[in-house]
Amino acid sequence: MQRLVFLAPVLLFAAVSTGLGLSLRNDPRKMPSTLIDKAMPAFVLASLDDDSGAFSSEDLKGKVALLNVFASWCGGCRVEHPTLMGLANAAIVPIYGVNWKDKPGDGARWLRASKSPYVRVGGDHNGRLGIDLGVTGVPETFVIDQTGRIRYRHAGPITGEVWRDTFAPLLAELGVKR
Amino acid sequence: MAPEVGHYALILALLISATQAVVPFVGARLRDPALMAFGDQAALAQFAFIGISFVCLTYAFVTSDFSVEVVAANSHTAKPLLYKISGVWGNHEGSMLLWVLILSLFGAAIAIFGGNLPDTLRANVFAVHGMVGFGFLAFIAFTSNPFARLHPAPDDGNGLNPILQDPGLAIHPPFLYLGYVGFSMAFSFSVAALIDGKVDACWARWVRPWVLAAWCFLTIGIALGSAWAYYTLGWGGWWFWDPVENASFMPWLAGTALLHSALVVERRNSLVSWTILLGILTFSLSLIGTFLVRSGVLTSVHAFAQDPARGVFILGLLVLTTGGALSLYAFRMPGLKYGAPFAPVSRESGLTLNNMLLSAAAATVFLGTFYPLIVDLIGNDKISVGPAYYNLTFVPIMVPLLLMMAVGPTLKWKRDDLRAILARLRRPAVASAVVAILVLMFTLGRDFGAAAFMGVAVWLIAGSLAVLAHRLRLGSVALATSLSLARTMPRAFYGLVIAHAGMGLTVAGITGMTAWATEKIAMTRPGESLHLSGFDLQFKSIGNVPGPNYQAERGVFDVVRNGRLVARLISERRFYPVRQQQTTSSGISTNLISNVYVTLGEPDGKGAWAVRFYYHPLVPWIWLGALMMALGGLVSLSDRRLRVGVPQRLQRHAIAVPAE
Repeated sequence: MQRLVFLAPVLLFAAVSTGLGLSLRNDPRKMPSTLIDKAMPAFVLASLDDDSGAFSSEDLKGKVALLNVFASWCGGCRVEHPTLMGLANAAIVPIYGVNWKDKPGDGARWLRASKSPYVRVGGDHNGRLGIDLGVTGVPETFVIDQTGRIRYRHAGPITGEVWRDTFAPLLAELGVKR
Repeated sequence: MAPEVGHYALILALLISATQAVVPFVGARLRDPALMAFGDQAALAQFAFIGISFVCLTYAFVTSDFSVEVVAANSHTAKPLLYKISGVWGNHEGSMLLWVLILSLFGAAIAIFGGNLPDTLRANVFAVHGMVGFGFLAFIAFTSNPFARLHPAPDDGNGLNPILQDPGLAIHPPFLYLGYVGFSMAFSFSVAALIDGKVDACWARWVRPWVLAAWCFLTIGIALGSAWAYYTLGWGGWWFWDPVENASFMPWLAGTALLHSALVVERRNSLVSWTILLGILTFSLSLIGTFLVRSGVLTSVHAFAQDPARGVFILGLLVLTTGGALSLYAFRMPGLKYGAPFAPVSRESGLTLNNMLLSAAAATVFLGTFYPLIVDLIGNDKISVGPAYYNLTFVPIMVPLLLMMAVGPTLKWKRDDLRAILARLRRPAVASAVVAILVLMFTLGRDFGAAAFMGVAVWLIAGSLAVLAHRLRLGSVALATSLSLARTMPRAFYGLVIAHAGMGLTVAGITGMTAWATEKIAMTRPGESLHLSGFDLQFKSIGNVPGPNYQAERGVFDVVRNGRLVARLISERRFYPVRQQQTTSSGISTNLISNVYVTLGEPDGKGAWAVRFYYHPLVPWIWLGALMMALGGLVSLSDRRLRVGVPQRLQRHAIAVPAE
């Protein structure tokens, strides 16, 4: 009995380290989306720049596009902003924006101040579309193919490296010429 | 050339650590003084070679040698010298090199200051220290070589993450590591004692100063980190319960427990088995902290090196060191019988309670940190544990601990009388009640929680002073007698008073920040003012200024109270072209009792900026209190009782010489 007491710490530690070992296998950033290869959920969002009407899932039909979820308060979005601007300027693939859980006005103000890479931007101020898309944080980017299916979800900022290693090959597969 | 020298020195250090792990251990088995003495030489040589290696890497950073991969990835010619140097440990490879440098520094310290340790214990300590060093040197050499070359070398580097370019953060990692790695001493001594099969008061007297030194550094390191978060992240938060913060906080809690339990071993030869376990666990928590930060199993705002291969290696090290030590503990400890009896009301019981509460607190933080992992393993949910959890679990454990902190030092060893204790604590109790009632009155009876916690803070400060007054017999004997008592009082006792009072100050700071901080965020144009808690913030002007390696938009603000200028604050939005990154530098003015804090936010493009204005009462006390705790530790370290036995060193050599 007495010996068991002294054995307890090492047994407890064995359990902890097994858990740590198992958790090494999953990268929190590479969480698979349950939406992969499913159709993009239908949505209608108020456009952030008030003059161009609503932004809806109809706008994404029939082409390969990126849907980028961002917020003015998010640091990672600032990190990926130059990459997105570069893509937009080179017209490689149309980028659509969802301004997620932002105060009305803040998102538009941010885009005005730092230039918008988006073809159209919708405001998802209460995060309703975010729930449909399973968004866990910003920035997140979805690749949508010609048939309107979600092909890939990326959590975290798109850096030049991420673009080169992940997005570019996938888009080439989908027939986007760079 | 320098990188090759550094790399070569690193490999030599690896080989030396391998011999250090084996030779003294064999020497201790065979009782061979020559083999045992090898430990000294190996530890010193290991420190020297890792030192050379570290200097070489620093040289590569300072001279911007971009043919070295780490330098190219983390430095830039247009960076101020301070950040070229701090860039050495601002990346994974360099920070691991700093880690082993400090580990070998502590090893060398045993060689230099450990002259009066029993020979076999000393040899075993060297061997264990050598094993830990070997593990981490191998980790660096095989998975994270800081001297890897790039060909062709780029013209300029990538720059250091601008958020890390800050004087506070430049010195934060060395302090944190001195703390983390300092606990390796507790680990080595615990395992060596298990191998040796002997734990006595002498052992505890040896371990305690090292633990205390490590604890002081860790306290300063955590305080620096928290202050950095406060002034750089731009909204005045000072603690986030972020996994990386928790990784430094868990060893601190365990180390605090260890400090106190080692006291019981030293004075009463009790709690021996528990102290050994704590010695192992404290360092293991430091290792787990390293694992958390380096493996990327938990995402965090701070984590900057994420690589599963390294995670596997560190986990392997963790299993070998902690698993090995705990197995040894399970195997050897039941054979060691210790424990002098003590009464339920005594200093020993007080310290036991302290240890139980601190361990429970550490366990709570551990659970909170790893709960997302557990949930992730069982289901497929990603969750994060926020402050709400810690408010519900950690705070209720800390309250009795804080209350006990004033009681404990008044207790007598072996046996004490409850009625006498209550009599000693009458004054602090009255002071604390008076302050609590005053706070309630000033807040018109609304802030019950704040009143209670201010009462706790005063209880701690007044309680510490009451212990001092009691020990000096102030009031019951002539003043001259008290003064002479004050002169002969051991410094360790003053250390206790300062550290415990410092905790009281920190509690007051946290309470003030939690209960009374106010803020205002508004789109503001130059010339306009914001009004908050009796202060007027006047937005004077805005303009562009160049920095050494950034472009800044600088806002100038005047804080005015009752028509008088309190402070001129400057807040900048900085853009670093090399990393294409934006940071904010806040304007803070402190009078050591409260802070006014302003952050310049995004412009709306129509001439207004989002300006955040905060008033943070008592917040400087959070860090002043932490510094006082560290100061208490240092005062205690200067106590001559911790240095006793130094003259015995000559004698030991006299014995060792004939055997050679």
